[in-house]
Amino acid sequence: MGRYVIRRLLQMIPVFIGSTFLIFFMVYALGDPVAALFGDKAPDPATAARIRQELHLDEPLWKQYFLYMGQIFQGDFGTAFNGQKVTELMASAYPVTLRLTLVAIVIELIVGIGLGVASGLKRGRVVDNSVLLMTLLVISIPTFVSGYVLQFLLGVKWGIIRPSVSSEAPFSELILPGVVLALVSLAYVTRLTRTSIAENVRADYVRTAIAKGLPRRRVISRHLLRNSLIPVVTFIGADIGFLMGGAIVTEKIFNIHGVGYQIYQGILRNNAPTVVGFVTILVIVFLVANLLVDLLYAVLDPRIRYA
Amino acid sequence: MPEAYDPQEIRRQAITPAGSGGPMDLAMDEAETLEKTPGGPEGTGPTGKPRSLWSDAWHQLRRSPIFIVSGLLILFLVIIAIWPQLIASRDPLFCQLSKSQQGMQPGHPFGFDTQGCDVYTRTVYGARASITVGVCATLGAALLGSLLGGFAGFFGGVWDAVLSRIADVFFGIPVVLGGLVFLSVVTSSTVWPVVGFIVLLGWPQIARIARGSVITAKQNDYVQAARALGAGSGRMLLRHVAPNAVAPVIVVATIALGTYISLEATLSFLGVGLRPPTVSWGIDISNAAPQIRNAPHMLLYPAGALSITVLAFIMLGDAVRDALDPKLR
Amino acid sequence: MRGATHAKWAACAVAVALAATACGDDNGGGATGGGDGSGIVRSSWGDPQNPLEPANTNEVQGGKVLDMIFRGLKRYDPETGEAEDMVAESIETDDSQNFTVTLKEGWKFSNGEDVTAQSFVDAWNYGAHIDNTQNNAPFFSSIVGYDDVHPESGEATAEEMSGLEVTGDLTFTVELKEKFSTWPETLGYQAFSPLPEAFFSDHDAWLAKPIGNGPYTVDSYSRGSSMQLRKWDDYTGDDEAQNDGVDLRVYTDNNTAYTDLIAGNLDLVDDIPAQQLQNVESDLGDRYINQPALIIQTITFPLYQDDWSQDGMEKVRRGLSMAINREEITRQIFQETRTPAKDWTSPALGEQGGYDEDACGDACEFDPDEAKALIEEGGGLPGGRVTLTSNVDTGSHREWMDAVCNSINNALDEGTVCTVNPVGTFADYRNQVTTDRMTGPFRAGWQADYPLIQNFLQPLYYTGASSNDGKFSNEEFDALVDRANQETDEEDAIEAFQEAEEILAEQMPAIPLWYQNGSAGYSESVSDVTLNQFSVPVYDQIKVN
Repeated sequence: MGRYVIRRLLQMIPVFIGSTFLIFFMVYALGDPVAALFGDKAPDPATAARIRQELHLDEPLWKQYFLYMGQIFQGDFGTAFNGQKVTELMASAYPVTLRLTLVAIVIELIVGIGLGVASGLKRGRVVDNSVLLMTLLVISIPTFVSGYVLQFLLGVKWGIIRPSVSSEAPFSELILPGVVLALVSLAYVTRLTRTSIAENVRADYVRTAIAKGLPRRRVISRHLLRNSLIPVVTFIGADIGFLMGGAIVTEKIFNIHGVGYQIYQGILRNNAPTVVGFVTILVIVFLVANLLVDLLYAVLDPRIRYA
Repeated sequence: MPEAYDPQEIRRQAITPAGSGGPMDLAMDEAETLEKTPGGPEGTGPTGKPRSLWSDAWHQLRRSPIFIVSGLLILFLVIIAIWPQLIASRDPLFCQLSKSQQGMQPGHPFGFDTQGCDVYTRTVYGARASITVGVCATLGAALLGSLLGGFAGFFGGVWDAVLSRIADVFFGIPVVLGGLVFLSVVTSSTVWPVVGFIVLLGWPQIARIARGSVITAKQNDYVQAARALGAGSGRMLLRHVAPNAVAPVIVVATIALGTYISLEATLSFLGVGLRPPTVSWGIDISNAAPQIRNAPHMLLYPAGALSITVLAFIMLGDAVRDALDPKLR
Repeated sequence: MRGATHAKWAACAVAVALAATACGDDNGGGATGGGDGSGIVRSSWGDPQNPLEPANTNEVQGGKVLDMIFRGLKRYDPETGEAEDMVAESIETDDSQNFTVTLKEGWKFSNGEDVTAQSFVDAWNYGAHIDNTQNNAPFFSSIVGYDDVHPESGEATAEEMSGLEVTGDLTFTVELKEKFSTWPETLGYQAFSPLPEAFFSDHDAWLAKPIGNGPYTVDSYSRGSSMQLRKWDDYTGDDEAQNDGVDLRVYTDNNTAYTDLIAGNLDLVDDIPAQQLQNVESDLGDRYINQPALIIQTITFPLYQDDWSQDGMEKVRRGLSMAINREEITRQIFQETRTPAKDWTSPALGEQGGYDEDACGDACEFDPDEAKALIEEGGGLPGGRVTLTSNVDTGSHREWMDAVCNSINNALDEGTVCTVNPVGTFADYRNQVTTDRMTGPFRAGWQADYPLIQNFLQPLYYTGASSNDGKFSNEEFDALVDRANQETDEEDAIEAFQEAEEILAEQMPAIPLWYQNGSAGYSESVSDVTLNQFSVPVYDQIKVN
């Protein structure tokens, strides 16, 4: 077990190098960022050339990459074009996004698994069909619309909540954005749980447990749910990254200065340090999340062992 | 010889004693209703030679009403996608700005969009691009994902490490960045670059799900038994593990179909998706979304068409999954 | 009914959670409300693209702050656009080439330093020097010695421009390379602001909390999220702030800012999002401003492509212009926040400033038949098709491009001849434009730096000019611009510029589409909200009720 974890942690090194290079290469492929600094005006050639030189943009790609990696190992992730240090940006964006992701995941877990169990146990019944209907609704309505409509109704029409998130972004303000963010993933979690439950409800061990006379609640939570959770846990593990990096729309609607927003800004402005820095951390989050998921497999299904 | 350990065989034996309403109210009632609906009690079975799992499943499918309904719906959508002019006689590219966002009128049952194009015609014509993108990208991502994920889960060790880490790197690529890089160099106005791109970004998710399922399925007694009896890896994976691991993949893939169609919209919105003059639901949905407060009808119809398509495929997925699960027979 | 119970419980959890948000919000939000007597204006903001140095700021968001914390030699009157003396006592010249600048006495920076002639000369030298890579360096390029501090390539050979000379505490002289009669009128631009000693001695500290000589001081600045500006009680100018301060808050999206305005969490939004334009009047009533600004949108032709520049094509270009129904597009797509263009300048210049609503004439009127005839006469569209290119990551460029193409297609009635070519990022788009890679007409937006007709014509259409993206070149036009710059009389100069504009109408190197208005909405707790010609709110005049 311990050796397995160490091995997995060591695997992070090649992934780290691979992903930084890949992202670096991609931002490089986006083209020259300097022209955009001058707005609709043509850049002054001398100034543009000097900026390129200062940012090493006139060097070949591999050299730029090595210079960048050299900086990273000194703890310097470079600066965004507005002069802000990328490390500063990350220090302000990651905690906010982490909280938002946490809210979304808790909602996915509670609502998604709850609805999934309900509809899995009552296949073909009203509960099941209404959950399916909700799933369809969630899939076909873009996040932009659900976010905007909920924001307008709750924030403006009824005035229940504050429509935008302040820069401190406490948990209480992140609940609605969390719900909006969780919606699509909720569809997945619900359907996955439903299928797993429906499959396992006929398994021998459930039968045995019931035959032993265990109470229903205990059978569902201890036996049925535990064995049905592996696909769900896998999905949520993979979803963490998506929620953290892909929340651009939600973050924009609710004025959250988080990771997705910063990455998007970085991409729009071809700012390699911002994008590479943020995505690299994101990939590390992935690796850790996946490791945790794999370890959870062994907890949920004791037959699975890691050496 | 290994036939004796065929999972169906084992299951059939296991199922017999509990045939009549046991003490478990939570499951049996549904199991019974479900067993009856597909028509005829225990439709398979009695004819001497045991059918293979897959032909068994097909046999089961043909009788499932869910399968028939979803199949017809999909057939209808495919026909519309191929011959949209069958039910829409106008030109989807003819737009009159003077009719911008007007509601329904005689001859224009769904009203007009911001540019003054007929929403009905565009919804019908949008089926082709959207369904092609949705279905092809889903098939591609599901095949690639379950193949690689299944491999990683089944063989473990180095295979698992390498494949999973590659997936991790792909996971990290932001959709916007990937789209801008890979798709902005493409000038073709077909759907294939978009399909290829979605497969590229979509497979890691399915691979992860498939890997997880295979790791669990591989622990089952009958798989261990088959292994002990010296069954080849390929055979084991295909006959014993895959059928038991496929359900989550189907679930994720059918929902992904809908999200892929929407993803195409996101890409188009960024200017790197399907190029005009291609018409698609995604493009229309992303154009309509900001206008939701003033002209909700613009969103309603393309989004409705998307819902119906996803519904059809979710139903199909359910039917296939049920057919593959011998416990439900 | 296990499942139902579960569902109910889940729904309750959400409801409880939402209710909790509501409670939390009542305690936390709205602490600095405009209406609670604190006198602070809460306004939306966008992250400035570059560090807040005056010579490095070329967009509205940074410009807002500079307009509050700096006062230059001149300032454009927010209402008339006239360049009026601010810190300058006088700017005198005999030959339109050598100027003597005299400052008023008593101006101070908020850290107590005096505003002297040196403050200006140092600031300008800083802005021009290549080592400082300031975006606005070309604004100093008409001064003698610019090429030494800002050579086209290589290192600077001088530290200061030789054309600037301090002749006293409050006077300095400026020598220009050539005659430029309206040069003093350009000095209202923020790049010409003075800088205190502190800017140079501790640059990082200055960037973290800029110090200027304007009616506000920066109280706190957290980059990327907010800035608190407070009224500076010892301000030495006579246009002191009418409120106690301004809180600028960075929004990820102007739509969110608008929602916050409606919900009462914000007092001023200076950019109404396109999707709200239809309901803005019902939401805000008369608290909505929609007025012309110094911005024009055009479609420029790549005249470096033979296809578009050969003889006869001017008729095709003119024909395309007449195939665009500007009235309908500005009404349906922009809800009247754009005004159909009738020349190549802006109505915000005013008639006396050189705006001429007859300059484009028939060529800017929608006339499908004439359009068709002209295009045929000119030899038809190159290859029978036209592709319209723009970036689509900002603005509502996509909507109007679609509408323009539809308008052209319907007018020419030959099927889909016009298609849209969307480009994903502004950076990519500008790269393609500046490296002459356009094959068809493309979007060009122009916001004037100062309210002068010269700024609308020379940088865009003079041979080899910095923003002449279409590479238009016409000897007659150049000669007229040269003549206009040498006129000592302002009216004569404007007249010469207008003559040059007539050549644009003949040649149609760019199709004028529409003038972009500045739009803003404000809450009930503030009043006297106006926008200047650059569509920036005039913060110092806003009153808090």
